[in-house]
Amino acid sequence: MNAIIEARGFGVSYGGSAVLRGVDLAIRRNKITAIIGPAGSGKTTFLRCINRLSDLAPGLGVTGGLSLDGRDVYATETDVADLRRRAGMVFAVPIPLPRSVYENVVFGPKLLGVRSRAKLDEIVERTLRAAVLWEEVKDRLNVSGLKLSGGQQQRLCLARTLALEPQVLLLDEPCSGLDPISTAKIEEAMQDLKSSLTVVLVTNNVKQAARASDRTAFFLMGELVEEGPTADIFTSPRDSRTNDYIVGRFG
Amino acid sequence: MKQETAIRLILLGLAMSAVGALAVITTFIMKEGLPVIFRHGLGSFLFGTEWQPNAEPARFGVFAMIVGSAAVTGGALVIGVPVGLGSAIFLSEFAPRRVVTFFKPAIELLAGIPSVVFGFMGMLVLLPFIREHIGGRGASVLAGSIILGIMILPTVIAISVDALRAVPRSYREGSFALGATGWQTTWRVTLPAARAGIVAAVILGMGRAIGETMAVIMVTGNSVQIPRSPLDAVRTLTSNIALEMSYADGEHREALFATGVVLFVIIMCLNTLANAIARVGKRD
Repeated sequence: MNAIIEARGFGVSYGGSAVLRGVDLAIRRNKITAIIGPAGSGKTTFLRCINRLSDLAPGLGVTGGLSLDGRDVYATETDVADLRRRAGMVFAVPIPLPRSVYENVVFGPKLLGVRSRAKLDEIVERTLRAAVLWEEVKDRLNVSGLKLSGGQQQRLCLARTLALEPQVLLLDEPCSGLDPISTAKIEEAMQDLKSSLTVVLVTNNVKQAARASDRTAFFLMGELVEEGPTADIFTSPRDSRTNDYIVGRFG
Repeated sequence: MKQETAIRLILLGLAMSAVGALAVITTFIMKEGLPVIFRHGLGSFLFGTEWQPNAEPARFGVFAMIVGSAAVTGGALVIGVPVGLGSAIFLSEFAPRRVVTFFKPAIELLAGIPSVVFGFMGMLVLLPFIREHIGGRGASVLAGSIILGIMILPTVIAISVDALRAVPRSYREGSFALGATGWQTTWRVTLPAARAGIVAAVILGMGRAIGETMAVIMVTGNSVQIPRSPLDAVRTLTSNIALEMSYADGEHREALFATGVVLFVIIMCLNTLANAIARVGKRD
């Protein structure tokens, strides 16, 4: 088995109360793993621990082990900026930075010191194509990212994350505010991308997990209930709580 | 319904009283100050370098005072803006909450210290220090700049902190998620997004510095001259009015009102500019 992210007995507490408990989860390379579960189940917290965006919340403590590509995420010698480039994140609410489409995409590469205009142009076209946005914005790369529609903004956020050339793409409910067409475009982009990276998709939309993911993990009240191939989880879950959630009995 | 109407009218009246006071002051200053400006000519009033109210004929040129106000204010900004902006960035972006709860009231307290106390400290501590270690007679543009630089800190810090805090958290998260460090996020994302508010903070600080009187009188020496170095004494527009009003009469008194007209116009321009910039910032 070829796991890129491994959690062993991983727990998170916030201000003294446990948000995640004893999570053992291996996320496989070049697969799309969906994380589903009701609000407050800890799925977003888990995602934000992988790139340590959790550090921004004061009073958050972690226990157990979490590694990305064999390297301990919470080791003291971890270069957090580098970690966040290896595990790129797209948020629920599209938040382009208040600058042009072009500058949004090259923000990460420029921080790394890429200055060559030709190289930056290449990155912009490649990542916007990968995010299924290029055709819509190629003639207005200099307009503010905030002027795009919601669906376009989210794909712009995807493109700027891809510009970091991450190993893992962390998607935190990336389609929660989007119309079906934009959602389809994001899902199309994910399928094309999984040959080169691993996708972790937190979603509140069970149908999206069923149609877009290879494997599914079900979180409930801070615990991982089960994880397996999406087809198995949706047809013959081992735990009755999983079944209840999927058919909409709660959450 | 009658009661509603009455209350509305009373509140309207109260709201009008502030605007009304402004109208009365404006009319009064203009009525007292404008005739003397036109009698001597706007050019010779603004750009004349001699201020001799008791000579025959009297000469009223406020250019040296305009330069004095500009020099002291400019100096105050050179000192106050980097310190104030640095403090604001620290407080809003880097300081732990415990530190903020100590710093913010302290800075607000600084705003509450009467200006005469600032002037007093300047006379007792700053002037001797400049005289002994830097040169000149102590009372100078430099001394005024330092004192005013400290006095504008609360304004610059409070408004800059508000501007930085108004930057959505999501911008910072987005930047962090793209591999930026804390300082890179501040420099490349947060500060540019807060630019309009910070410019407004600087302009309001400037307005405060230009309008300050008592502390400036106590530390700048008040000689009517165009300063050649930061160690020269100067007189500002505000000092001119405060120093001479008690004994001025006739045309001299009118000329002091005219000095007030100049101040009034400068400050009005600064406020308009600050408002305009703040509005532009909101539109982005």
